[in-house]
Amino acid sequence: MTQLPSTEFHPRWYREPVSTYWWIGSWRYSIFILRELTSVAVAWTVVLVLLLLRALLHGPDAYARWIHRMESLPLIVLNALVFCFLLLHTITWFNLAPRAMPVRVNGKRVPEVLVAAPNYVLWVAASAVIAWFILRAS
Amino acid sequence: MADKIVLEIARYAPEKDEKPSFQSFEVPFRKEWVVLDALNHIKDKMDGSLTYRWSCRMGVCGSCGMMVNGEPKLTCATFLSSYGNGAKVRVEPLRYFPVIRDLVTALSDFMVKLQSVKPWLIRHDDVPLSAGEFLQTPEQLDLYKQFSMCINCTLCYAACPVVGLEPTFVGPAALALAQRYNMDNRDQGAEERLGLLAHPEGIWGCTFVGECSRVCPKHVDPAGAIQQYKLKAALDWVKGFILPRGHAGAGKEMHP
Amino acid sequence: MSKPSNEGFFWLLFSAGGVIAAVFLPIIMFMFGLAIPLGWIAYPSYNGLLALAQNPLVRIFLFVLCSLPLFHWAHRFRFTLYDGLQVKHLNEAIFVFCYGGALLGTLAIGYLMLRM
Repeated sequence: MTQLPSTEFHPRWYREPVSTYWWIGSWRYSIFILRELTSVAVAWTVVLVLLLLRALLHGPDAYARWIHRMESLPLIVLNALVFCFLLLHTITWFNLAPRAMPVRVNGKRVPEVLVAAPNYVLWVAASAVIAWFILRAS
Repeated sequence: MADKIVLEIARYAPEKDEKPSFQSFEVPFRKEWVVLDALNHIKDKMDGSLTYRWSCRMGVCGSCGMMVNGEPKLTCATFLSSYGNGAKVRVEPLRYFPVIRDLVTALSDFMVKLQSVKPWLIRHDDVPLSAGEFLQTPEQLDLYKQFSMCINCTLCYAACPVVGLEPTFVGPAALALAQRYNMDNRDQGAEERLGLLAHPEGIWGCTFVGECSRVCPKHVDPAGAIQQYKLKAALDWVKGFILPRGHAGAGKEMHP
Repeated sequence: MSKPSNEGFFWLLFSAGGVIAAVFLPIIMFMFGLAIPLGWIAYPSYNGLLALAQNPLVRIFLFVLCSLPLFHWAHRFRFTLYDGLQVKHLNEAIFVFCYGGALLGTLAIGYLMLRM
């Protein structure tokens, strides 16, 4: 990267320092950070699944203990919050992903709404399939 | 009582100030006026020392970019009436750039970054004049036209938090312009530009905040350009990983 | 002309993980985190769920489900720490924490799926 020459030789130019809390100043930046923090919700969900699978491996008692722990109110409240963040991830992901892959039909750009829509359909269908498998396992 | 509006303008005189301060000016509230008209009125009638850039006053030169109530805007395209009679409008120089005086920013950072992406048609073979014009279909033009609308106003730099946090980040406009040339079927420089930009200060510094595209007055969508560029660069990396380096067509052409 | 970095690789993992997470994780959290604990649906029997998890196709699915989204987290969280908290001086430590964590999770799900 080329050396940027600006403020080296012009000490009287004023540079506003960027605060560590730059993301609080503007609500748009704050929403961006919330969007980025959905990755923590993603990781949390994966960890839960890992713990569930480990419980299954250790036998019915471990499974029963896992279920019991999931029923604690603080954990339910936390998981409800995590669920909201997962929804935020899904919605922002489907709405933004088309920007990386512009779709052209007959040389004309397909509106992003039409590119995002099939993702939502896929999401609902996939969720229905997963739910069905889980319900069927009873 | 005539309608008025108050402009709170950032003033900074390097010969006597340590940092900028605000000065209020009351200007007539005319419904057809833009912020630039108000600034010109202040300079003509109230304080001739007010310093700012402007030129075409019609949104094509990119000179008059400033922060208006915290938003990067072209002051020639921002109507006073959006703020209402009697409102207070804060006018500051574009964020994330050094301030030379009052509302004037130093653009040398941007100029260096723009030049570094080689925003011109790069050819490896010279087609003789006798071969005639280089014909381009509307579909081929459409691939890059949107990115060519950039007027270098740097509003996107003022909107992008990565520009503020990482001073060496090449930035939205420069990357969009790189992509403009990459996608132009007359250009053969895609591989060269990829070598320059596929690193953390280039495309990988972008975290798709999206603010750049939102504030762009010409709807260039630099965020979209960068994400497309990332996809291309990532796929190119995979090709380079799987196939030996120097395989035919490695990143050379980015267009059909 | 500098050598192109390997960021493209991590970005592809991030993108793939993002898709998997977007499509499959909400319903998983809804079922196991809310619907079952709150009693809206009966919890799956141990044998039923175990049989489901032992199915070879399901095991492959679970491996992908628990591995790629962790790489999505790793990439995104790494940048959030860089930009959001501006702790850039901890660059290497953050890199190791994030991708190392994702790798550990991948090893964990790999182990669990082999043992299932």
